[in-house]
Amino acid sequence: MMKKQSNTQKHASKPAGWTYPLALLLFLAGWQLLVFLFKFPAFILPSPLQVGQRFLTACNDGSLLRHLLATLTEMLSGLAIGIFSATLLGYLLSKSKFLERVLSPFLVASQAVPVAAIAPLLIIWFGSGVLSKVLICSLTVFFPMLVNTLIGLHAVPAAMRDLMTTLHATRWQTFTRLEMPASLPVLLGGMRVSATLSVIGAVVGELAGADKGLGFLINVGRGQYDTALVFVAVFTLVFLALILYGSVLLLEKRLLRWQEAK
Amino acid sequence: MNETGSFAFQFQDVSMTFPEKDGELEALEHIHFTVPPRQFLCILGPSGSGKSTLLRLLAGLLTPTAGSILYPQDQQPSVGLVFQQANLMPWRDVWENITLPLELRKLPEAESAGRTQRMVELVGLQDFAHAWPATLSGGMAQRVAIARALIQDPDLLLLDEPFGALDAITRERMGAELLHIWEQSRKTVVLVTHSISESLLLSDRVIVLSRRPGTVCLDMLNDLPRPRSEETRYDPRFIQLSRHLRQAIQE
Ligand SMILES: Nc1ncnc2c1ncn2[C@@H]1O[C@H](COP(=O)(O)OP(=O)(O)OP(=O)(O)O)[C@@H](O)[C@H]1O
Ligand SMILES: [Mg+2]
Repeated sequence: MMKKQSNTQKHASKPAGWTYPLALLLFLAGWQLLVFLFKFPAFILPSPLQVGQRFLTACNDGSLLRHLLATLTEMLSGLAIGIFSATLLGYLLSKSKFLERVLSPFLVASQAVPVAAIAPLLIIWFGSGVLSKVLICSLTVFFPMLVNTLIGLHAVPAAMRDLMTTLHATRWQTFTRLEMPASLPVLLGGMRVSATLSVIGAVVGELAGADKGLGFLINVGRGQYDTALVFVAVFTLVFLALILYGSVLLLEKRLLRWQEAK
Repeated sequence: MNETGSFAFQFQDVSMTFPEKDGELEALEHIHFTVPPRQFLCILGPSGSGKSTLLRLLAGLLTPTAGSILYPQDQQPSVGLVFQQANLMPWRDVWENITLPLELRKLPEAESAGRTQRMVELVGLQDFAHAWPATLSGGMAQRVAIARALIQDPDLLLLDEPFGALDAITRERMGAELLHIWEQSRKTVVLVTHSISESLLLSDRVIVLSRRPGTVCLDMLNDLPRPRSEETRYDPRFIQLSRHLRQAIQE
């Protein structure tokens, strides 16, 4: 009964499925019209058709897939490392007032340093291979994930902690049965933000110096006045970000089924 | 009180102070009483008199800053704790919430399922065993909380204003159910409540705490005959006792 009601509400506020392709089509048509009317040279603004052609050649010679896989690897490893280390540190900080007091200023200060500014440094130290990108990526993801972990653990109701104490739950049981599920909604929110941030992280790293990846492809396109290629790379990045974001949304739906009951 | 006989727990000159920004906050002062096994004890007192603190001390969530609490064989008894809010885990359904204490004790699956089934039936939630807590009414949620507190068969059942958030009718029914459960299992029960009539209808004994710092300002045996019903409210003895309690609370 409850479910039915919330479904009808969703239908009322959510646009129907066909609006998205239509909007995309309109956007492409407008773009094509713009190029047609003002006769921009392809190295300033290629038409969607030219971008489409470039996309096909990049697919056919396998270069797009190669660079996409490189970026994807960097992003996923960066995400995994960033999320894991941030949640681990967040858990430790929430358990130790002392640690939190000592480390907080450094963590906040570290957040004030733009990743783009230290990306060249990391490339000097760790080379222009995958490792430096993974590090840049995990750095980008680290802070928002840490903050969300702290907020999530802080939101664990004190009465539920008391309950676990009276039941003589072990630390591990409290972690798996209470702290993890209770902070999961906030953690997943952090992961959603991190998913898109990781794309930025990987590209920033690649732009600063790389020999593969979509950021590298953008640099190549720019250098050769192959602006269509730049567009192909950018759209592929957007696509990657959307897929990643969507995966986290799916994960949320799976893991937070109990929230829909309300 | 008989200090040498068998007892469920003994407060021995217990005081509890909390550190505050400027100085200390005395929540309980020189609390001294003994509770025999299977007694149904009610704690009354104005807000801030330390009733919850007393329960938390009993549950082992706090340790007294002075004095001590004695248990038989010097062993912290197992406790079932029920709060004013049902305090259910929203990511677990009714069944999973009730079975949590057994899960933590790693009971074999078969035994745990059997006991959970019995508790679900005891609190009459067969049809809601797999409902999410968010879909339950206040009374149903509180019943789940009571089932969860009882499932591990604790020595002590501690209830902190368990029916405070319920409407009057549900509250009376839950009180009767609690009494029924107590009569079957005969555990030692400590119930914190704000309701004088609730305490008289349920308890063997009522302890009234004074305004902060909480001290025992009345320790009264409740000799109203059992079984008690709604009719008991019109018993002259009931009226006499409730006047007595009211005076003690207002002092
Ligand atoms: N963990 C704590 N830290 C500091 N002060 C506390 C703590 N727990 C309780 N107190 C204080 O101790 C006093 C007694 O609190 P307690 O919650 O035991 O009262 P109560 O009788 O349960 O009140 P109520 O009827 O409102 O629930 C209050 O003044 C409260 O502020
Ligand atoms: Mg209280």
